[in-house]
Amino acid sequence: MSSTARELIPPESREPEGAPGRTGRAKGGRVRRLSGRDKLVLSLMVGIPTLIELTLVWLPMLMSVGLSFTRWNGLDLGDIRPAGLDNYQFISQDYPPFWPAVQHNMLWLLFLALIATPLGLLLAVLLDQNIRGSKIYQSIFFAPVMLSLALIGIIWQLFYQRDNGLLNFLLGTAGTPQAVDWFGDSSVNIWAAMIAATWRHAGYVMLLYLAGLKGVDPSLKEAAAIDGANGYQTFFRVVFPAMRPINIVIVVITIIESLRAFDVVYVINRGTNGLEMLSALVIQNLVGEGQVIGVGSALAVVLLVISLVPIVFYLSRTFGKENKA
Amino acid sequence: MQLFFKGENMAAQFDASATAFPSRRTILKTVGVGAAGLAGIPFLAACTGGSGPSATGSDSPGLTFGSGSSDDVPKRAYQAVTDAFTAKSGKKVTTNVVPHNDFQNKINSYLQGSPDDTFTWFAGYRMQYYAGKGLLAPIDDVWESIGANYSDALKKASTGPDGKMYFVPNYNYPWGFFYRKSLWAEKGYEVPETFDALKALATKMKADGIIPIGFADKDGWPAMGTFDYINMRLNGYQFHVDLCAHKESWDQQKVSAVFDTWAELLPFQDPAALGQTWQDAAKALEAKKTGMYLLGSFVTQQFTDPAVLADIGFFAFPEIAMEGRDAVEAPIDGLLLSKKGGENKAARDFMAFLGSAEAQDAYAAVDSSNIATAKGTDTSKFTPLNKACADTIANAKYISQFFDRDALPAMANNVMIPALQSFIKDGKMDVKNLEAQAKTLYAAQ
Repeated sequence: MSSTARELIPPESREPEGAPGRTGRAKGGRVRRLSGRDKLVLSLMVGIPTLIELTLVWLPMLMSVGLSFTRWNGLDLGDIRPAGLDNYQFISQDYPPFWPAVQHNMLWLLFLALIATPLGLLLAVLLDQNIRGSKIYQSIFFAPVMLSLALIGIIWQLFYQRDNGLLNFLLGTAGTPQAVDWFGDSSVNIWAAMIAATWRHAGYVMLLYLAGLKGVDPSLKEAAAIDGANGYQTFFRVVFPAMRPINIVIVVITIIESLRAFDVVYVINRGTNGLEMLSALVIQNLVGEGQVIGVGSALAVVLLVISLVPIVFYLSRTFGKENKA
Repeated sequence: MQLFFKGENMAAQFDASATAFPSRRTILKTVGVGAAGLAGIPFLAACTGGSGPSATGSDSPGLTFGSGSSDDVPKRAYQAVTDAFTAKSGKKVTTNVVPHNDFQNKINSYLQGSPDDTFTWFAGYRMQYYAGKGLLAPIDDVWESIGANYSDALKKASTGPDGKMYFVPNYNYPWGFFYRKSLWAEKGYEVPETFDALKALATKMKADGIIPIGFADKDGWPAMGTFDYINMRLNGYQFHVDLCAHKESWDQQKVSAVFDTWAELLPFQDPAALGQTWQDAAKALEAKKTGMYLLGSFVTQQFTDPAVLADIGFFAFPEIAMEGRDAVEAPIDGLLLSKKGGENKAARDFMAFLGSAEAQDAYAAVDSSNIATAKGTDTSKFTPLNKACADTIANAKYISQFFDRDALPAMANNVMIPALQSFIKDGKMDVKNLEAQAKTLYAAQ
């Protein structure tokens, strides 16, 4: 802050006459006071983003927290009635999709953390070896991250369809009664959806790790090689720990992605029949005609509280370190 | 007016972003913006109140018409109706077409903001709810002139909770069993009149290696048709209405009986239901893989081959215990008059015009997939299938509107869809839990 202020303030410009003493102090290395215009500029620069953040993030968040303790039909503001903890009681006791959704979010997290993220890392390491056509492979693996929702739906439909999908065709069961109904059978569709999610997530992780690998000082690798470390040792003992900042980002991204997992299940069947996810339930209850504002807000608050854990962890890691430095 | 539509677009954008990239933030933002938007509406309405069509009662130059019929064919069909009205009365109709999902999803803020004078909507609880909240204008005077054009069942479906008339039906389409006549003739199947005959027929079909009843519930709503019919055939039309309005408890023997009866039919319904859409099931019927299919008559849109279409037969859901086949599930689409539009004479004239055979013929000339509701409409172009559908409706004493139109939308979408999907899986239903959920959701209204 103080360095910014020093750059911003030409002390003489405001009061060209009659304040030699003050100028003298400024020359001594410290700016004690900001002029009126400086204050204005600073408060605008800090104030506008703060205001945007307040109105677009904090206010709606606090409003949803507030609405989660009410009953409201969304029509007249006068119809808002206090409901205490009823909405929370409803989702935890009477709303059948809620607990399956929590379980599916956990499963999603485990799957992304144990399979999708390591897969992304593997791809990054392979593509970092300067193999021929590396850029093409990168584009291919990253493409799913950029595809639109509708396209993803079509692509996986072609793959998973029961009667003429590619997968059942390869298994030789297409068109027979033994054909697996990858999207309709609630015991397999969550796995089908998670594989589709992996397809996206791995590309994302790959790109971040590629950037991370480029940032690792090559002399570290050389030093390890000189010390006689083999490829595995160099990577796991030297390179991977050196990418610590990236690793933390990836952990947080993986957790957040699994909490807000939505698009894939939504295009399959709008998050019903074995594909319940918290985010899909929030949308179901808040958007559209089936709107139940109190219940939807309560679900959103549950999701928010769960999301806060990794966010707080991440922020305290990042800023805690900066303060020490 | 312009202010409102600007707001509408913004809301649409926010919704779109929420659907596409629903990060935690956008979800919360959507909630907040929705709430803020609603809070802002009274002011918007206040600003724009004066800019609407003049509300002098007797003579206004025209009216506005909000239409959720955004697909090409119905859009052109409504255009034909408004053109005919303008030609007849000299009053100008300004049509605002909104994509139908948006139209339905935003109906709450639409009606509270500054709605068009008349707008497209559905009969049933979805109409009664807004009538009860005082957001619609009663049109008893319109019904005095058009009442003779409609059957009692249609009149009943157009009546609000206070006994006043609110709705002018335009067209409807019945739900029932569709089958391929050639397949049935070849195998010697006969149309079942009773539920036992239906089961006997299904057993026979199964033995012949055919899936007896086509079924698709990936989208969640089609299964409600089976539920509605078994419920009405077992407990009667009035029970259906009361249950949908939650005047009857879900936690009672009558409701359990519906699921028990359905469980007898479940083994005959396509086991792949949860993975396919109604379009897939229609194809299976076309390919003679399934013997019959319970759906609305819109199923025929899938049969693009005229030879196949000519081979499709229709029969009403067989009788079980009560009222024979008096009730038919035939969702009705038509027009409502908003509270503001109630003061516009031209809008009332337009409603009355839509209730005439002349207007509905103009509509049907463009969109022939539905059945006009007014008496005296031109039936000369009807196919035998159209005729069978129309007769079923004409002979019905009661017309139900389908569960998601007769019940609270939240009950239909958030409770019944997952409940019926899990019933299809294991044939079990926890009616106590249905009641617990219904209690909370209806109390929130």
